[in-house]
Amino acid sequence: MALDKPYKDVPGTTIFDAEQSRKGYHLNQFCMSLMKADNRARFKADERAYLDEWAMTEDQKLAVLARDLNRCIALGGNIYFLAKIGATDGKSFQQMAGSMTGLSEEQYRDMMIKGGRSAEGNRYIGEDGDAQAHHQPQGGKKD
Amino acid sequence: MAKITASVYTSHVPAIGAAIDTGKTTDPYWVPLFKGYEPSKSWMEASKPDVIFLVYNDHATAFSLEMIPTFAIGCAAEFKPADEGYGPRPVPTVIGHPELASHIAQSVIQDDFDLTIVNKMDVDHGLTVPLNLLCGSPDAWPCPVIPFAVNVVQYPVPSGQRCFNLGKAIRKAIESYDEPLKVQIWGTGGMSHQLQGPRAGLINREWDNAWLDKLIADPAAAAAVPHIEYVREAGSEGIELVMWLIARGAMDDVAGGPAPTVAHRFYHVPASNTGVGHLILENKQ
Repeated sequence: MALDKPYKDVPGTTIFDAEQSRKGYHLNQFCMSLMKADNRARFKADERAYLDEWAMTEDQKLAVLARDLNRCIALGGNIYFLAKIGATDGKSFQQMAGSMTGLSEEQYRDMMIKGGRSAEGNRYIGEDGDAQAHHQPQGGKKD
Repeated sequence: MAKITASVYTSHVPAIGAAIDTGKTTDPYWVPLFKGYEPSKSWMEASKPDVIFLVYNDHATAFSLEMIPTFAIGCAAEFKPADEGYGPRPVPTVIGHPELASHIAQSVIQDDFDLTIVNKMDVDHGLTVPLNLLCGSPDAWPCPVIPFAVNVVQYPVPSGQRCFNLGKAIRKAIESYDEPLKVQIWGTGGMSHQLQGPRAGLINREWDNAWLDKLIADPAAAAAVPHIEYVREAGSEGIELVMWLIARGAMDDVAGGPAPTVAHRFYHVPASNTGVGHLILENKQ
């Protein structure tokens, strides 16, 4: 029997469920390893070599090297784990979140100060809000 | 017997902790936020509990994907502030209350809630930021704290109804403890925010405030809100609000007593990516 996943029709949003978690296990555990200063240093010294120590897919490794967080999430990453890469890079959570939206850092910060992104038009795929794929430079995932 | 005197609800945004740790609380960006918690600090001074039962979530800090407990109760004698990748926060070690925590674990498990018992754990900003907001930055926290971690990272997270019912069981457990302790129960996280994907930055002030109204006056209705409504209206990380329902379910009125008094209510946008909500509810003496 199919599982009930009513959250598949929310635009610009990937819910980190058991299926995503299974796909992203090694990617997220790699991120977790960056909690240790020694590992951060080794990763920074040779990112590719460090990634090759993990049983990640090539796509996952390339997404990490490119710091493409939307791609990382599509491949099973979870934002709280991916945030460890941002911490290693010296980025704030706001910089990381903003990097997924097609906005510049300043534009994203201004949007937040003005009260954040509206839910209007962003509740269901197919509406016309700013988080919909047709308003995003990188497109967007569709299930 | 022990008694729940009040419940406290607050967001636990990491950037608030960073602002405290780097001395930025008087920056224009942060002034309105910290001003909203001034009455809370005075209230805390006047209403100091013997123990705080603090419901929060771990953000891939103590729990990686190796183990994902839905409900975890901290029974240790102390809990160290975790290194979340920027070095541990310069805040006091959290002193636990192993006797009361073990008592609650035994009672609640016998009431059909299968808690995970944790005897060694570091605590992240989800637990320490609320303590700063209510207690400031003292050399030691004012009382012992029982950390209660809820999985809201990997879906499915527990339902609002499940959390509300768990709150009722925790109340029963606390009120059956022999020592006459004054216990506060805190629910943290939320309010609306989304940290991932092209929809990151979502904030829904109207929905947040309507939900606060409901939490105060009709908590059973707030508990009935399905997951998908949080995701759609309050963003994928807005789901953290289910943790507030654990604290709310432990209040007197839910067990047939009088309605609580609203000692303080505050709402502010933004703290970094998040809508910040805060509430203090007191049981009648």
